[in-house]
Amino acid sequence: MTTLLQHPGYEEEKLQRVAELLLCREVQAGTLLSLMGQPQQRCYPSIFIYGHRASGKSHVMNVLLKELELPHAVVSCVECVSAVLLFEQVLLSFFGCDAVSLLPRSPSLSDFVRIYRQQCSPSPAKQTRYIVMEKAELLRDTDANLLPALLRLQELVEDNVTVILLSEIVWDKFRPNTGCFEPLLLHFPDYSKGELQQILSQDRNPSYSAEFYSAYINILLGVFYSVCRDLRELRHLAALNFSKFCEPLSEGKVKETDTHKLWRNIEPHLKKAMQTVYLREVSSLQWEQIQQMDEKETGALRGLSAHTHVELPYYSKFLLIAAYLASYNPARTDKRFFLKHHGKIRKTNFMKKNEKTSNHLLGPKPFPLDRLLAIFYSVVDSRVAPTASIFSQISSLVTLQLLAQVSHDDQLDAPKYKCAVSLDFICAISRTVNFDIVKYLYDFL
Amino acid sequence: MSTSSVSKGCFVFKPGAKKKKTVSLESYFTHGCEDAENSEVRFKLCQDLWDKIKTDTEILQDELNRKILDSLLDFTRKCSSTRKHSDWASQMRASEIPTAALVLGVNVPDHDMTFQSLSDLLQQSVTPHVASVQAKECGVLKHLMKKVLERLMGTVVAVDDEDEEETEQTDAYIHKSVHCSLGTLCDWYIAKTKKSSSGTPGKKRSSPVRDEQQQQQPPVVIIFKDLEAFNPRVLQDFILICSRYIERLPLMFIFGIATSPSTIQHMLPHSVSSLLCIELFQSLSCTQHLATVIDKLILTPKFPFKLNDKVMQVLISIFLYHDFSVRNFIKGLQLALLEHFHSQPLSVLCCRKQEALLHVTQLGHHNLERIRQLPSFKRYVEQQEAQEQVNLMTDDTHLKEVCQRLIKDLRKYHKNFYPILRCLHALTSSLPRYPLGKQIRELYLICLEKNVWENEDYQSAMKLLRMLAKDELIALLQKCAEILQPVKSKKMKNAFSQLEELLAKFKQLDAVAETASSVDDIITSPVKNLKKTDLFQLQKTLLELNESRRSKKLSPYEILRNEVLDFIDALVKSHLSSPEAQTLHEVCYYSLSATVRRHLNATPRTSIQAALSSPYYYLRNDSLKTEDGTVSNAAPDICIAYKLHLECGRLINLCDWLEAFSTVVSAAEGHDPESEHFGKVDEVKHARFIRAVSEIEFLGFIKSTKQKTDHVARLTWGGC
Repeated sequence: MTTLLQHPGYEEEKLQRVAELLLCREVQAGTLLSLMGQPQQRCYPSIFIYGHRASGKSHVMNVLLKELELPHAVVSCVECVSAVLLFEQVLLSFFGCDAVSLLPRSPSLSDFVRIYRQQCSPSPAKQTRYIVMEKAELLRDTDANLLPALLRLQELVEDNVTVILLSEIVWDKFRPNTGCFEPLLLHFPDYSKGELQQILSQDRNPSYSAEFYSAYINILLGVFYSVCRDLRELRHLAALNFSKFCEPLSEGKVKETDTHKLWRNIEPHLKKAMQTVYLREVSSLQWEQIQQMDEKETGALRGLSAHTHVELPYYSKFLLIAAYLASYNPARTDKRFFLKHHGKIRKTNFMKKNEKTSNHLLGPKPFPLDRLLAIFYSVVDSRVAPTASIFSQISSLVTLQLLAQVSHDDQLDAPKYKCAVSLDFICAISRTVNFDIVKYLYDFL
Repeated sequence: MSTSSVSKGCFVFKPGAKKKKTVSLESYFTHGCEDAENSEVRFKLCQDLWDKIKTDTEILQDELNRKILDSLLDFTRKCSSTRKHSDWASQMRASEIPTAALVLGVNVPDHDMTFQSLSDLLQQSVTPHVASVQAKECGVLKHLMKKVLERLMGTVVAVDDEDEEETEQTDAYIHKSVHCSLGTLCDWYIAKTKKSSSGTPGKKRSSPVRDEQQQQQPPVVIIFKDLEAFNPRVLQDFILICSRYIERLPLMFIFGIATSPSTIQHMLPHSVSSLLCIELFQSLSCTQHLATVIDKLILTPKFPFKLNDKVMQVLISIFLYHDFSVRNFIKGLQLALLEHFHSQPLSVLCCRKQEALLHVTQLGHHNLERIRQLPSFKRYVEQQEAQEQVNLMTDDTHLKEVCQRLIKDLRKYHKNFYPILRCLHALTSSLPRYPLGKQIRELYLICLEKNVWENEDYQSAMKLLRMLAKDELIALLQKCAEILQPVKSKKMKNAFSQLEELLAKFKQLDAVAETASSVDDIITSPVKNLKKTDLFQLQKTLLELNESRRSKKLSPYEILRNEVLDFIDALVKSHLSSPEAQTLHEVCYYSLSATVRRHLNATPRTSIQAALSSPYYYLRNDSLKTEDGTVSNAAPDICIAYKLHLECGRLINLCDWLEAFSTVVSAAEGHDPESEHFGKVDEVKHARFIRAVSEIEFLGFIKSTKQKTDHVARLTWGGC
């Protein structure tokens, strides 16, 4: 395998170490190396690498650049809330603090290019300089000129510099409509099951043998591979459940080699982990506590999504109910539900063609404030004065994200809202105030 | 600072540093105060009382929050200590950011205090690095970053932003301006921890190793006060950035959640929430919180100031129906307190016993007359003999003596009232269907309103109590005894000893029952002797049997039960009478519920309509005084236009409206109705009309419509 990583520009020993670190990514690393060429050679101006999460993009780049001791700057785009930070980090890692201090107060791209050229003219690059941009998809949201400029930075600064963009999204989604320099594209495929097994077995617990840990990983993958192929998640799960796996061993019940018994012991446990800790219903800390508890007690523990009950003031409940009705009933039907002598109107006569589908499938519709209040006053059983606190309750429901304001914040005149709670939630709420909401919903007529 | 050119535009004049005239609180209080004579004394009393209430509530709040805050502190300590462990498992998942999800309930205004004490506690005992952020100050990631850095590092952080004004102003005292990135924070943290560890070399030897480690690496805690209000995008990015630094920077989050923990999952996608290690903390529900506040502040003779039933009802319903906020409840209490001392001159007597007695002797003739006018005092006078009545109405010194006695009586009444109230609540709170309420505040409201024993529910509660089984009753009575035991008043001590005696009798009963079980046999024997007859006969005999049992034979337990309940009933009747029946209750009880409601639960629309339909209500100009339902033609233009628009249907013809308006206004100007120019629309009237209409539109009563030309649509319905 190591034959893949051979390159005249670099020492054999270093390449050997890189190959050890880049398990299962030798092919990609080899391609990259040949693209990069020898350190003093010019490299292609920009390279675009894409692949799913945890497919080793950053890892490969970091290992290559660090182990081969090439000048480089690694920037995460999520961190660069403004372009300044990006410029700063690049200049800092190439030229040191002095260059950074030259940047003006709010620098533009041309300031950056100017200072770069200024700095590199006395010391032109002997080796190719690399700028690695992680999460490059965020560059699309920054200034329109930043991405095209980065792609041909080599030309702009007239230096031996290469920009490497790492992203989870394909290049087609990046291409600005004004056109730009096309980078070289490189895809990192997902790890296969075998590769995952190989990688996960690497970080074994030092107090157990490699075969034992590998067997454990095999069982783990058997359960989780169908739902999760994210290396990071798998690694996390492996770490969390390993102590349970070892339990019969430490109690002296089974031997290390008795995989079947170990499997029987761990399998239900892993299934449970899939429903709880994998979905972050239960935090890893709690999961560890559960493992120490008895089987019976664990039933009492509830996940995050089990806590849906919300206590609300009395009128807030009715406001929410009114909002739900306004969101899911067509406005025409209000007469039928909230007027005393509406006569009998059958649903079939009432229905328009496009209303055949359930409103609940279509999702909540926006409604104006007036309608909300009109329904509220007819739904609530006592006479309520239109006080300021009724209105402030509406806005607190919006901040609690139980209602959503559809119109813009600035629109003071006739604001529009949507109800953002589920049917189950509203049913639970209306039960507490003895209001039979199903009777008032057009869908359930 | 002037704009001489004539142009339409918007000019901003920033307020310069004006010298503010500082007016003392006291002069605010005395201004417009009823009877300025003793206003100073009242102000002082009011302030003392409020200070006491305030400190008490703060202590109470601390106690209530202690449990949850303690567990949070433990959590932070644990998190910072597990980071140090070098065992395999914790190393494997060191990349997670420990997060505490603190569920606080929807009463957001109350949370500030909790967070304040939380961050204080954290700073005292766990880590000096605590920053709390609010959603409204962090609309974008840049600002969130800036706030976090500023609060942690205590310096001003430069953000490249358009609105630089702020930073320019503060430039003068910037020590060092730094760029806002977590990298900066990281460097700062490392420098800080290094400094502190090298700065105290002497301590190293003395303190235990683990402690030392914690000191070296205190966690950096970031508190998000209102998670729901944050922009999810901002939060996600921030967490992503933080997770990149977690290895170098021991970060920790605390999320303040108002609704339910599942919002975390709604806001954060799996890729982000997988970076967190979330632990849940649930705080006390706000209704429980209110119950303790009422218990400690209101159901106690400690504070002489009381609320009557209506005011209490207003405050509680604002809490239950509108906001769930304990802080607002206490604010309402403060308002009532202030209003009471402000508007009731006799509130000088609303203070501790000694002071009150002293104040009685200092009362002027003026105030003594006021006492004579009090309805409760009048009632008292009527009950006295004729000579005494004359004395009370004429002799000031005699009145003072009587007042002193009455004040003492009122205090005694309060001392006995609350223990008995609690006893009654203890007895009735577990009855089926809660005839006297589940919460003590409900029972209290009933007692405030009128004499509780006149209430039907009280009768039914007593009936239910008379059916209780022995062990249940004994448990309840023991609870009552516990309540009565610590009370110092003479009557309560008496009641306690009587109750103890009764309880002892119950115990004797047990002993007796064992020996005299044969009695039961005699009673039950007739059933056995029943002959086989028809169904009717059987029914008859059973009925008779029942009758005889009810009338003749009561088991010793039943006799004793009746005795106990009669005793309780007597206690209730002697001590739990309504406060309104007490003489001089006006001194302590605040009763203006309408004022409280108007201040706390404002009705903007009703006020606007009141102003428009009867301008006299606000303007107090005698020329505006009218019969109800009509508007004087001298009223402001907008009132006239409003009145006219009420007479129209859904669509209003502007032209007709203008005609009518002009007629009314002409009449007001005193033109002769017969003259030719009467009611003619001239330019001035036209302009006045247009202004009135646009004002009405601004207030939201009409809007322009495209349905018909020259028409506007009404937005309210009804009219005259």
